[in-house]
This record gives sequence, structure tokens and C-alpha cells, in this order.
Amino acid sequence: MTDTAVAPLISARGIGKTFATVDVLRDVDLDLLPGEIHALLGENGAGKSTFAKILAGVHRPTRGSIALNGKPVEVTSPVVAQKLGITLIHQEPISFPDLSVAENLVIGAAEDGWFSRVPWAEMTREANRLMDLLGVRIDVTRPMRGLSIADQQMVEIARALASNSRLIIMDEPTAPLTPREVETLFAIARKLRDEGRTIVFISHRLEEVRALCDRVTIFRDGNKIATDTIGNLSDADIIRLMIGRPVKEYMHKTGATIGEVALEVEGLTLPGVFSDISFSVRKGEIVGLGGLVGAGRTDVAKAIFGVTPAASGTVSINGKRVSITDPSQAIALGLAFVPEDRAVAGIFRTLSVEQNISVAVPKQLAPGGFIRRAVERAMGEDAVRKLSIRLASLRQPIGELSGGNQQKAILARWLLTDPGVLILDEPTRGIDIGVKAEFYSIIGELAAQGRAILLISSELPELLALCDRVLVMSEGRLTADIPRSRATQEAVMRAAVPRRSTTEGAAA
Amino acid sequence: MSTTKTAPAQADSSPVRPRWQTLLIRPETMTFMLLVVGVFGGSVLSPFFLDLSYILRSFTLYSELAIVALVLTMVIIAGEIDLSPAANMALSACIFAWAQASGVPIPLAIVIGLLSGLAMGALNAFLVIGLQLPSIIVTIGTLTLFRGLAQVLAGDKSIRVPEWFIGVDKIMLAGIPLPVVLFIVLAIGLGIVLGGTIFGRNIYQIGTNEVAARHAGIRSARIKSSLFLLVGLVASVAGIMTASRLGSVRYDIAAGGELQMVLMAMLGGTYIFGGRGTILGTFLAAWLLVIVSTGMIVANVLPAVQLVVLGGLLIVAIIATNLIYSRTQR
Repeated sequence: MTDTAVAPLISARGIGKTFATVDVLRDVDLDLLPGEIHALLGENGAGKSTFAKILAGVHRPTRGSIALNGKPVEVTSPVVAQKLGITLIHQEPISFPDLSVAENLVIGAAEDGWFSRVPWAEMTREANRLMDLLGVRIDVTRPMRGLSIADQQMVEIARALASNSRLIIMDEPTAPLTPREVETLFAIARKLRDEGRTIVFISHRLEEVRALCDRVTIFRDGNKIATDTIGNLSDADIIRLMIGRPVKEYMHKTGATIGEVALEVEGLTLPGVFSDISFSVRKGEIVGLGGLVGAGRTDVAKAIFGVTPAASGTVSINGKRVSITDPSQAIALGLAFVPEDRAVAGIFRTLSVEQNISVAVPKQLAPGGFIRRAVERAMGEDAVRKLSIRLASLRQPIGELSGGNQQKAILARWLLTDPGVLILDEPTRGIDIGVKAEFYSIIGELAAQGRAILLISSELPELLALCDRVLVMSEGRLTADIPRSRATQEAVMRAAVPRRSTTEGAAA
Repeated sequence: MSTTKTAPAQADSSPVRPRWQTLLIRPETMTFMLLVVGVFGGSVLSPFFLDLSYILRSFTLYSELAIVALVLTMVIIAGEIDLSPAANMALSACIFAWAQASGVPIPLAIVIGLLSGLAMGALNAFLVIGLQLPSIIVTIGTLTLFRGLAQVLAGDKSIRVPEWFIGVDKIMLAGIPLPVVLFIVLAIGLGIVLGGTIFGRNIYQIGTNEVAARHAGIRSARIKSSLFLLVGLVASVAGIMTASRLGSVRYDIAAGGELQMVLMAMLGGTYIFGGRGTILGTFLAAWLLVIVSTGMIVANVLPAVQLVVLGGLLIVAIIATNLIYSRTQR
């Protein structure tokens, strides 16, 4: 356990949480020390986020107790947590987009009556002071809308400072950030630590945890597995503790034979979003599309698939020029698109798994106009077997499955259409390491079957390991087309980071 | 890929509910139970209630609204709403009556009436789907517009229809009034469409998640437009049936009917935010509404109190529906 003599800021003892009948957290003991950055690691569903939410008052623990500075406390709601000096910073901050930054900073802090006067000048002054403290330059009179996600996070952190929080919990803060923004965030986190505050940092990225954190706690299946100083653990140790079994060499590339051009895009332009995008994907080829979040990668995919058609430019499938203005046309032409945001564009949450799987093949499902239940069941069972989807019943709502299994069901939906071209947009986002490996081998197999695959991903190792070529987008333009042999993390990043703003950044 | 793990792991999905629970805990079950209670309570109040033909005759008064409510149920499941069909009934009935009064032969006048209903549906479809406006506001607008046009056309007078055209509700098929037969046939037909065809399933999918539906290749604009057109057409059928039942047409027929229709759908467990509901539910709820309404008339309940009871019933139904859905789906 801890070898320090410092009294812990938070001691959690025997924390357990049961949702419905499922134990998501069991008997967790954890001490958080003042002035440390403490990482919580684990696969999705391991319990790390649940634990963090219990600390922040979002969930109430089913069992166990929490002590703050040695005194037992009941964190019954986020407001109570805030008063106790505990703040949770969301990955994509929840804010009031039409209110100014300053107003967002004081929300929840006002103790005055409903109809008391709003002290605008004082509010702005205080907001500016907090921003100076963080060393970030944000005009506090601007509305939140239009701020980058990084800046919105800064506002949340400033809010934590405003209430003088001693424990700041960051739940996957870096996922939507650019490398430079991540550096700024880390600098601020270190500064806060040096002031004696405690920071809990939840992330999937080991290199970040290593760069930032002092100690790390690993969760698996709702249990706390280990807590240790980061220096005492190797990456392999951490992964082994996280998944509870040795990792296979999961990034492999099956040798598919590359054939003719299946998808060709020329001069695709949607003003203000992307311009002059030209590339091609051959049969059996996996082409990566890298770049920073917001570079326009998803928009290009949506344009090809007809969700938001481009204003100009051409798309050809198997050498034939096609005009796609609706996804149904794209599907008829043998395209498939696994969207980035599963909950919004992928699943029908409350509908059965089998219905989610069969939705894209109405003609196979209802040859005579009426749905054949037996056919649907067979489709579902086949998918469960082939992709090893873990579920209790094909009839249960898909929302009850874990993210990885939902994603497998979406993939199964598209495999039923026997697509020639598959566009996968961040297919492994929010998926456990173990299941990711399964996805990688599935993607490899699909290419080996002669399908053309366009893989959009923000995870560089994923792109480098899986792809035959990596395209890179930056600010709506294609900036690089790197063959596998020359693809390195540096090469991709160099092309991904916008030129203009790097110089700006250097000047700032 | 190599391993086949099919055993449900605890963290991967929640345990499946027993079959009897999924069958029993449904909004339609609640509607059915209320219906049984209603019939029982009614028969205590008045022996009339044990007379099936009395119930059937009472139902004809509501049959036009009930017929439209069936189609409205599909619109609500698709995540939209149409509040204009009652006004559509009045306007298409007025157009029909006005046409035949100005010498157009009745069959042609009927066609004109139906086409006008279809046109009203098309206007709603254009505003909601073409211009992407919220259907609740659009159809409040068109309900006012249609009712206003009906008044412009008919004034404050009644337009009479010929003697032989009167009495659709007096035509009996196997002892059942024709409007009730139509309602039952339409309910069966739409029930099969909604539950057994791709079109019906797409309605649920659009109502559950329209963005995902579009990504899966479902032509949601086309499906929703066809639903608005269908409501328009069926409303005009209902309007002309009302004309036949009443023997004359005024601009204010089916006044306030949109609320009765919504009430039937809601009582039947249709979820106002879309994605859930059944034709069976609305079918049962229509009978429930008739039983409760006529029960109160038989029991000499004041009209004002009747409204209070119906309003209370609606709120109870919404609370129960929401509870059931939040229980069975997380």
C-alpha cells in the first residue's frame, strides 16, 4: 500500500455499486493523497468511471464509505461534491452554449436569491482572474458556443478552481484534444498538483498516464486490482493487470491480394468543411484516414455515403461514376458505413439486437413483403457465432449490450449487405482492448476477402499496424498519402497538424 | 475470431427478462385491464352495458375519430404528430357537401372530398418533411387553417346531403354497424402492416432513432410523407362518413376531435416521443374511451365532470406508459 506518511485527502473503503442486479464495483479501497496525480486505468466497464462518479456524487455507492481528510462524508449529489471541493470534469463538457464563459463559470455557485441582481462586472473580473491563474487566454465575455473542446475543458477546470476544489477528476479529458492542447492541459494539471490539489486522471492512453501521473490504480471487472507508483510498472505489466491475461500480438496484417480500384473519389468538395479530396481504395486494400478530430474525415465519409452529399466532385465505384445523394443509394451500390458515433447514428437503442442486425437488408428479410422471423433469427445467430457477440438474447434491446458488442452488431448489419467497400469511422472507439484485438483481425479478414476498406482512426498505432496506406487530412484538405513502408507516427502527425496554427501557436 | 465465447458474461449484458414479464408488462395490458374494469363498472351502473348492440351503437359516434386515430398512432410511432385531422375531416366534409350541393354528382363529390383530404396531408408533409419544421407547430397551424377554410366555405349554415346518402351508421354487416366494421378491418390491416412488414418496422426505427435509420438506408422522408398523406386521406374518409351519419355538414363537425384521437393513441400506450406503440393498443383504447364516455352519460355524470375524468385518465395513462417503458428498457 502507500509508503508515504502523508494523510490521504480521500479514503474510500469498501465501495461497491450495484446497478439493477449487476455488481459494477466490488469492495474498492483507495486512498488519494494530496498533491498527487492519480490515474485510474481499466477496460470499459471495469468500474473506473463508476468509481469516479461515486466520488463526484453522480452515483451513490451501494456499499462502503468515503472519508475526506479523515472525516466521513456523504457525497449525495454533484452539488454536495462541489461544496466538499470535489469536481468532475467531463470529457465533452456540459455547458450552456448561449451563455458567456463568465456566466458558465459561476453557474451553480450563486447563493443569492432567484431575483437578486446579477453582478456582471464582478463576475467578469473573477472569470478573468481564474483564466490568468490557468494561464489560458479565453475572452470570458464570449458565448461558450464556438469555443474549442479544449477551451471548454479549461472553463470547467477554471470552475473547479472557482470553487477551490481539492480533488479534480478528469474523465478521459484528452480524447478530443490535439497534441498541443494535451500539453497545455498537462502543464495545468501539474501546476494544480504542485499547489497541493489532487487530480484523478482517467485515460486509455498509457503513454499519457506515464507522462503525467504519479500513481496508478487498475480496475478490472469491478474490482480494484492494484495501486502502485507508475515507475514500478511496465506497460506490459499494466496491460496484463488490466485485461487479466497476456496480450496476443493483436496488430497483425493478413496478406490480402490487392486488386482493382473499388472506390475512387475525385475533387470532392463541401465548402467550409473539406475541399478537393481525391483518393482511391483498391479491392483488398485497407486505406487509413488519419488526422486530428475536426479535420473533416468524418464529413468526407458522410459525403461518400450520401448522408451529407458533397457540393462538387465525383465518386466512382468499381470504375463507374455514381451519384449518391442518400445512404440507400450507397447501400445499393455495395457501400457500407460504420459511423463514429454509435449511439447517434448506429444503434436503435430500445429495439432488439436482431432487429438492429437485419435493418439494412430488407429484401433478404422480407422477400414476399412480410418479415420472416426465422430468417431474422438465423441472421442474428449467424452474426453472434461469426463475430462472437456476447449477449443474453437476440431479443434484448441492443442498448443493454456493452459498447464492443453493440459495435459488433453494427458490423454484422453491414456484413449482411456483402459490401464491396467498407468505411469504418473510429470502429474501435470506446471498446475494450481485448475486443479491439478481435476487431483488428475481423478487419484484416474482410480485406482478405477482397473488400476495399477505408479506416478512419485517431489512434496512430491502429492506423500504422492495419493499413496498407495512410491518408492524412488537416483542416479539410488531404495533406499526405503515405505508403505502409514509410508510415510512422511522426510522418502522420506532421501532416495532421495544421501549418498555419502551429506558427500561430509558436507566436502565442 | 478463433474462440467462440457465447456464454453471457456478466459485464457484457444484463440478464434477460422472463418471457411472461415482457408479455404482461406492456401498456396494452393496462389498457385491456382498464377496459375490463370499465365494462364491469358500466354494467353495474346500467343494464344497457350488457347489451352489445348498445355498445356498438355508441361506438359508431366515435368510429370516425377512432379510424383516424389508428393512422395517427403510426405517425406518433414515427416520432411526429398530426393535430390537423379533425379539422381536415370538417374541411373535406364541407368541400364534399358544397360540391354536391352545387350539382356535382355524389360519386365525383366524394372523390373531390378525398382528394382535398389528400392535399391537406400533402401540405402537412411538405411543411414537416420538406421544410423540416416541427410537426406539432405545423399541424396546430394547419388545423386552424383547415377549420377556418371550412367556415369560409360553409359559413354558419348546415349543408344538407341527399336523403339516400344519409345513414352509413345504419348499414349493418352481421349485426355490426358499417363504421365499426371499417374500424375493425382497418385496425387488422394496419396492425399487420405495422407489425409484419418492413414499412411498419421502419416506422419504429425512424421513431427510435431517425439519424441511425437514415444511415441504415431507410428513406425516412418518404415513409413519413406517406404517413401524413395517409392521415389526410383517412381523415377525409372519416369526414364524409360523418356527413352521412349526421345528414348535414357544418364547419364545426369533429370539433376538438384531435384531442380525442391523441387520447386514444396515448391511452393505448403509444409513446409520445416515438418508437413505441401498437395498433392493438389504440384499438383497445378506442373501446375504452367509448365505454367510459357512454358509461358516464348513462350514469348522468355532468359533461364538465366527464372532461375531468377523461383528462385524468389521459394523465394516468401517460404516467403508466412512461413507467412501463422506463422499467423494461434502459
